[in-house]
Amino acid sequence: MKLLIIAGPPSVGKTAVVRQIIANFQDQKKCAYLKIDVVRAFEDEELAAEFGIPVKKIYSGDLCPDHAGILVMKDAVSWAEGEGADILIVESAGLCLRCSPYTTQSLGIVVLSAISGINTPLKMGAMLSLADIAVVTRIDLISQAEKEVFREKIRDVNDHLDIIETNAIQGTGLRYLFRAIDELAGIDDPDLIRLKGAPPLGVCTICVGKKETGWQNHFGVVRKLEGADFLFRGE
Amino acid sequence: MRPHSIHEIAILPGYNRMGEPENFDRIVIRPGDTISVVGPTGSGKSALINDIEIFANRDTVTMRTVLVNDEHPPEECIRDPAKKPVALITQNTRCLSDLRVKEFLEMHVRSRKIEVDNIIGNTIALANEFTGEKILPDVRITSLSGGQTRSLMVADAIMISNAPLVLLDEVENAGIFKGRVIECLKKNNKALIFVTHDPLVSLLSGRRVVMKNGGVERILEPGEEEKTALEEIIRMDSTFSRLRELIRAGGIIRSVRHA
Repeated sequence: MKLLIIAGPPSVGKTAVVRQIIANFQDQKKCAYLKIDVVRAFEDEELAAEFGIPVKKIYSGDLCPDHAGILVMKDAVSWAEGEGADILIVESAGLCLRCSPYTTQSLGIVVLSAISGINTPLKMGAMLSLADIAVVTRIDLISQAEKEVFREKIRDVNDHLDIIETNAIQGTGLRYLFRAIDELAGIDDPDLIRLKGAPPLGVCTICVGKKETGWQNHFGVVRKLEGADFLFRGE
Repeated sequence: MRPHSIHEIAILPGYNRMGEPENFDRIVIRPGDTISVVGPTGSGKSALINDIEIFANRDTVTMRTVLVNDEHPPEECIRDPAKKPVALITQNTRCLSDLRVKEFLEMHVRSRKIEVDNIIGNTIALANEFTGEKILPDVRITSLSGGQTRSLMVADAIMISNAPLVLLDEVENAGIFKGRVIECLKKNNKALIFVTHDPLVSLLSGRRVVMKNGGVERILEPGEEEKTALEEIIRMDSTFSRLRELIRAGGIIRSVRHA
């Protein structure tokens, strides 16, 4: 089974890209889909209704959704294999530009919107630099000059990244993404799937819902006003 | 594939929405050619332009093939917009970068690694030939009008992108001097494809591709046959332009003839 991990900021068109992938492979390969989100998500129901594929979602609630995604990854692989899937598509919540849920033995796809601002690639960190492929959506809404400059900015962050421009609703240009998925090797050993980088997933007492202010009231990684260092407070 | 080494782009037929083969053998586009694509909304005009823009290889819904110099172009020419022989100027007239005109063009020049004296000044000067509202180098792109942005994009396509084939999607909507744009693109030996509903743009083009039901229905090459009509349309168009300017300037229109 092949593993695709799709990340990207909110509302850039991640699900539109997923829909194109499923539509393209539906005659040859069985896809399974996992959506990770925080409060509500509807993508799983929509895709199940449209394509009749096995889907699942998890709500991370007070936990960072990318942290949650990493925790459930192994279970998700077993679930999808149990469903007889050939491709497991995991879509991140995409709430924070800095997450990087990519793992080994998978294809890391970052989705960016061409209309999100010319400097967005430079702000994205590991979500962009550790991906294997960048899919740039809404390419139909920008000028030729902006297309070229946007590509250049992505190259500034990751010179080796495969960049695919598309209008994800129409699916233009996605032939190269499909080819990369075709060429992707399947999961070799699920027990050896590792994160590609250390994502900034500071799970602290604020993240899990404690409302007191001041570092004295929190545990985990904290910092004081004076002294820019982070320190660990806890057991 | 350098721009000057492209001597023709060819479109091979696919199928319309009813699955019938399209009604042509081959549309060949050479430098200096002008083609307008006409037909009702939903007839497949934009899909045709898209097929050209991505060099369709029987892998789009239309199953068309687009060749450069009789071959499938190398992958980098399709994928890297800076190497692509096609520039698409869309209906969208908003520019998203919050930069000054000068900075925006500088960024484009840098990404293309071009070293030509005063290329930015010349690009802005050319853009100003296409629009009645003067574009200044230090104005923010986001505050330009639709017509100014479109003019700047056309000038950029000529001076900086230097793509041999320019696709213009409904150029008439933006309030720019259509005739001057077409003349200038032709002078620079660009091949032009317009998606248009505009009589002037349609008749100014050497060939007219008529779309229906998602496919090419027929290709017209009227030449001399439309010469008189074209002269009349040019007159009408300049009357409309003058009227437009008068109305914008707050004038009262008492007579169309003497406008």
